[in-house]
Amino acid sequence: MKSIIFRTVAPFLTGLMMLFSIFVLLRGHNEPGGGFIGGLIAVSALAIYGIAHGVVTVRRAIYFHPMAIAGAGLFAATVAGLVSLFARVPFMTGLWIYPSVLGVEVPLSTVMLFDTGVYLVVVGAISSIALSLEEGGGA
Amino acid sequence: MDAAALTFLALGLPFAAALIAPALTRFLGGNAAWLLALAPFAIFVHFAGFVPEVAAGEIVTGGYAWIPSFNVSFSWLIDGLSLTFALLISGIGTLIVLYSGGYLKGHPDQGRFFSFILMFMGSMQGLVVSDSFLMLFVFWELTSITSFLLIGFDHRREAARRAALQALVVTGGGGLALLAGLIIIWNVSGVTQFSLLLTFGDELKESPFYLAALLLVLGGAFTKSAQFPFHFWLPNAMEAPTPVSAYLHSATMVKAGVYLLMRLNPVLGGTTEWQVLLPLFGVTTLIAGAALAVRQTDLKMMLAYTTMSSLGLLVMLTGLGLPYAIEAAVLYLVAHALFKGALFMVAGIIDHETGTRDLTKLGGLRTAMPLTFVIALTAALSMGGLPPFFGFLAKEEIYTALSGFDRRSMVFAALTILGNGLMFAVGFAIALKPFLGPKVDTPKPPHEAPVLLWLGPAILAAKGLSMALMSGFVHRYVTSPMASAVAGEPRSATISLVPHFGVALLLSVATLAVGVVLFLNLARLRAAMVAVLADIGWGPDRGFDQFMRGLVRFAVTATRRLQGGRLDTYMTMTFVLVAAVMLALPLRYGEFPRAPFFPADVPLHEFAIMAIAALGLFAVVMAADRLTAIVSLGIQGFAVAMLFLLYGAPDLAFTQFMIETLSVVVLALVMTRLRLSPSDHRPLRQKLPDFTIALACGAGFGLFLLRVTGVPFDSTLTDFFNLYSKSIAHGANVVNVIIVDFRGTDTLGEIAVVLVAGLSILSLVRLRAGSLKRGELTEIAAADASSKELV
Repeated sequence: MKSIIFRTVAPFLTGLMMLFSIFVLLRGHNEPGGGFIGGLIAVSALAIYGIAHGVVTVRRAIYFHPMAIAGAGLFAATVAGLVSLFARVPFMTGLWIYPSVLGVEVPLSTVMLFDTGVYLVVVGAISSIALSLEEGGGA
Repeated sequence: MDAAALTFLALGLPFAAALIAPALTRFLGGNAAWLLALAPFAIFVHFAGFVPEVAAGEIVTGGYAWIPSFNVSFSWLIDGLSLTFALLISGIGTLIVLYSGGYLKGHPDQGRFFSFILMFMGSMQGLVVSDSFLMLFVFWELTSITSFLLIGFDHRREAARRAALQALVVTGGGGLALLAGLIIIWNVSGVTQFSLLLTFGDELKESPFYLAALLLVLGGAFTKSAQFPFHFWLPNAMEAPTPVSAYLHSATMVKAGVYLLMRLNPVLGGTTEWQVLLPLFGVTTLIAGAALAVRQTDLKMMLAYTTMSSLGLLVMLTGLGLPYAIEAAVLYLVAHALFKGALFMVAGIIDHETGTRDLTKLGGLRTAMPLTFVIALTAALSMGGLPPFFGFLAKEEIYTALSGFDRRSMVFAALTILGNGLMFAVGFAIALKPFLGPKVDTPKPPHEAPVLLWLGPAILAAKGLSMALMSGFVHRYVTSPMASAVAGEPRSATISLVPHFGVALLLSVATLAVGVVLFLNLARLRAAMVAVLADIGWGPDRGFDQFMRGLVRFAVTATRRLQGGRLDTYMTMTFVLVAAVMLALPLRYGEFPRAPFFPADVPLHEFAIMAIAALGLFAVVMAADRLTAIVSLGIQGFAVAMLFLLYGAPDLAFTQFMIETLSVVVLALVMTRLRLSPSDHRPLRQKLPDFTIALACGAGFGLFLLRVTGVPFDSTLTDFFNLYSKSIAHGANVVNVIIVDFRGTDTLGEIAVVLVAGLSILSLVRLRAGSLKRGELTEIAAADASSKELV
């Protein structure tokens, strides 16, 4: 993309969108949002970066192969399901703990790990498709 | 440790031994056999401990819950029947492992071989002690799979590969029939365990599904036990190394079918169908096997066909329904395992030490291999049913069962005499011909076999003698409990070596006479059989090839028709079908929606949004080039998302926005890769069909949605989730809670699908890129140019 304005703004936009996607992921349990939507926002962020600065830059920026990210996501989601087996309750039962971090009670759960897995799978799988299509696409 | 845990360990032990076998063989070579044989021997000792209990009429069951919700368990049933089988499998298994140590000494893959044969042993062991149907089926198919591995052990030879595949297709296919049969039995009786089923009595026989269940079970049993016309895989399986032939294809696996029939005899047997089908197939197999055995000159092939014959005899006896028939089947089964195992191993020794197993190229080995000769002779005497061997007892009992004077008994007696006479002739041909007569030059100078090779057959042959001498003991602890289990009522075998004059002995003498006459004329008989078979030409073995070729051809044709590889064909087919279903079904059942109700006061902004959506669609249709069309489609999507937002579905709207954005991006990217011309240049005539399909699809979906929303909304689920989302799942956002918690397992499946779809698209894109690099670029450009010319 030739536009100098777009090229200048893109990194900031991408950063903000990534941050926003994580915000959406985390608040998803109580407000509109969640792993799926968050993941889609993150992919859009990467797409913008890719259109502005090319695939190579994006690949360098995310460091891992997108499929590896997706794989890690599926693994995390599966583990989140398996944890409950160790607590002797059926597969995929949500488990919650409320540790206190710096005096603030932080609710953590296997459900959240699961949603993070969903987020990573969506980010990885879709960005991998988009990036491979962009690569050498003649565009 | 309690007995149940020990039995569980015994069932797992062969698999554990299989795991360490390759490493052990790398260190110890063939001598690893001495250590590995401890596994089956330990199992033998463990099961032998059940003998007094079972002889006293008890049935030992035990196990663990497997899938409690389906009433499926991992459980075993040890009665006279399964115990005898378990002892045969582990006992002969011990000897076979030792024998394999000598037979494959120095073979580069000997470790793998040990591993396979131990795995087979574990599967077979599991099969015969299974109490639950599903466990039986799993082990049944495992024996097919391990048999496939063993037959194809010498995988570099085409013949071995073909034989392995053939055995797998035939016995594995039969296993599926068996599964269907067991499911029917399950449905009719409501139980999943044999121990419970056996208490049912006649309920199964009176069910309208009896015949279906019977035929399916027979499909499994007959393929496994090589009954005519499914016998052809058994002789071909002789491609396997000899220990395999001795173990799987005579002593154990092929008897799994007979085992199943015996196991189900109390609940399925005794009916007219049973007493017609089993003896009919059995006696046909008996005669066909014996006749085909005569034709062969290869020692192993001769033995294979007599095995088929013996299996026929066993099936016949199991189904006959005459007094003493069950006892006869039991005695013959044990006798056959002993003498046939020994004879196979002898054939292996001859092959191993002389380099050939062709009967016409062997002779005069008695001086070089005296011990082997004695073993062969002992086994053949038992096979011929001569005293004082165990085979004699079996044959006397068979003829006692057949000594009635009704027409049915007489016909079967005559056919059995013929079959046994032929087997007698073949058995002695194997035991005498290679050893007697003048010395013949063999590829390798013959010498006596090493201890690892002769130990197994020697013990089996000796057993054939000692068990006959101690017949009272054997009957009390082995045959009577087994016969009782098969019959489903107390039975006791009493036959002993003391001859009792009567019809049975007369029939025995007749068999002997027929056998001797046939033996003396074996060469002439063989020539005659060769001529007859040459005249027939076609056989089930060739039929199998034709069947497989037909199957492949059908698959290729069907795939070409259905998966032509053109995306536009797929899309057209899919959308035409969707439109057809959506429009034809309401038409057929008169289920069109009523005219929708338009509220009078639609606010202006909603009208505006709908106008934007319509405008977007109009732009799609009117767009001059494809890129504009794609972006315009996005407009429509955004408008719909706005509607979602207005009607209180922020999550849905949110997702829709993102999806629309991304699909425009991805579609645009795909467009750049496809190298299409920027716009659609087809004339209206060619666009019209697509236009019609699109319209029909849209109309169909519209009608469908109107109809669905016309039905009063059932709020049960909504209420449930609203009620419990916060209290159980600690989340206020119901949509998200459903996705990640209430229906989390669904989501797990879905993200797995997303991942796999991503992977496959990635590989498709890579594949395309690869082929482009290989110079197809010009080809595509040329095709593109020609398509433009057409336009």
